[in-house]
Amino acid sequence: MRRVVNLYRSSVGKKILMALSGLILFGFIVGHMTGNLKVLQGCEPAVAGDHAAGLSVASQTCAIDTYAEFLREVGYPAVPHGAALWGFRVLLLGAIGVHASAAFQLWSRARAARTQGYGTSKDISFTYASRTMRWGGVILLLYVFYHIAHFTTGQAHSDFIAGGVYHNYVVGFQSPLILLVYLVANAALCLHLFHGLWSATQTLGANHPKYNHLRRPVATLLSLVIFVGFMTPPVLVFAGVIS
Amino acid sequence: MDLKLKVWRQSGPDEAGGFVAYDAKEISPDMSFLEMLDVVNERILEEGGDPIAFDHDCREGICGSCGMMIDGVPHGPKSMTTVCQLHMRSFRDGDQLTLEPWRASSFPVLKDLYVDRTPFDRIIAAGGYISVRTGSADEANAEPIRKKDADAAFDAAACIGCGACVAACPNASAMLFTSAKVAHLAHLPQGQTERYTRVLDMVETHDTEGFGNCTNHGACQNACPKGISVDYIAQLNRDLFRATVTTAADPVGS
Ligand code: SF4
Ligand code: FES
Repeated sequence: MRRVVNLYRSSVGKKILMALSGLILFGFIVGHMTGNLKVLQGCEPAVAGDHAAGLSVASQTCAIDTYAEFLREVGYPAVPHGAALWGFRVLLLGAIGVHASAAFQLWSRARAARTQGYGTSKDISFTYASRTMRWGGVILLLYVFYHIAHFTTGQAHSDFIAGGVYHNYVVGFQSPLILLVYLVANAALCLHLFHGLWSATQTLGANHPKYNHLRRPVATLLSLVIFVGFMTPPVLVFAGVIS
Repeated sequence: MDLKLKVWRQSGPDEAGGFVAYDAKEISPDMSFLEMLDVVNERILEEGGDPIAFDHDCREGICGSCGMMIDGVPHGPKSMTTVCQLHMRSFRDGDQLTLEPWRASSFPVLKDLYVDRTPFDRIIAAGGYISVRTGSADEANAEPIRKKDADAAFDAAACIGCGACVAACPNASAMLFTSAKVAHLAHLPQGQTERYTRVLDMVETHDTEGFGNCTNHGACQNACPKGISVDYIAQLNRDLFRATVTTAADPVGS
């Protein structure tokens, strides 16, 4: 036990927490992205033949609305309505807390380790992405607040309908400004994952001479899949393909 | 060739320092970088000044004494080369170069470009030893070691303790150095007895010496004149984790 406490206190222990909480968050991101792709399945009119524009939510069933409803019902009746969803939210919140506080501790340690900086210095890190992790993380955190207010609670949305995920999504992404915000946020996420995924294998000691050369390409591929997966539906909405 | 130098001058650990400009005139491209500094120092002495202090010993790239930032890069622009093995032909006539000491709170500047690297000695003392029978030496071939392990141990053992990894690291972490020392012995049968206590003790000393933490930038590997790979850091992490969650590091009989 004493060793576990020491590991937590050590610089390596903080990195391990960083990696594990990051992997939980990555798991969520994969699920969230797959869920969003349900937008592409569009809606079925509940009343046959009613294709007119400006349908009320009640008059059509959209794949993503059904999916969102399903998420609220996971585990029911074994657990109450929404309980599993809330449990998951608490887990995510915990993961963000651990991730951010480890990041903060590592940052303040690093600051203390070099109080006098260089007059001239050149960045010779492997990638640009690694140098953006800390500020990139702060940007992502701010984005998450906005994103929740935009699509979950609705304060930042011009025409929010509770439960009308498809409606909110399509209306939201018709604005070029909002599309731009999401584009920037997803690019930041992509960069964060590009370093983070590779870095996690390094931190967790998951390296092997046979597979080491695959770590970078796999991290690149996964972060690009996330970027394309998240950005495809909004771009299609903006282009008017989805309405 | 003629160069212009901007050199960090600091007369003592507690003094304030600053950059001073020097002309390095009529330098032969065949000189090493340190020989160029010797020439500059001769001229400073002739004028009655205080020569630029820098650390050096073997001047053949094996002792790890030398090292400074040249234009923001540890050991200068040539990869896998210590500053004593760097030659002036790597530069061009008229170049302006900024020379700075390693910057890390754990490596206080003693004078000019010369820093105190004794924290490295304390990291080594924390675990850089093995238990062997004293007396007559073992027969050299009595203990076969796989080529793969011998190579991995040898590559790690190439670390000369120069400190360039710390200087390059945005976090001022000494993890590359520490991992090289840990991995060097972890790959050999002779190093197994203390394998797990070693990693615990060396990382603990690394941290208490005030070095920053590794966040996998990889700048250390690019700066290292001996090409030590960050794969050794991953290996250190793995051994540290194992030492923490298993009984591998427990004293026998406890
Ligand atoms: S790991 Fe490389 S850069 Fe660091 S001290 Fe050893 S030789 Fe120097
Ligand atoms: S002086 Fe010995 S390595 Fe440069």
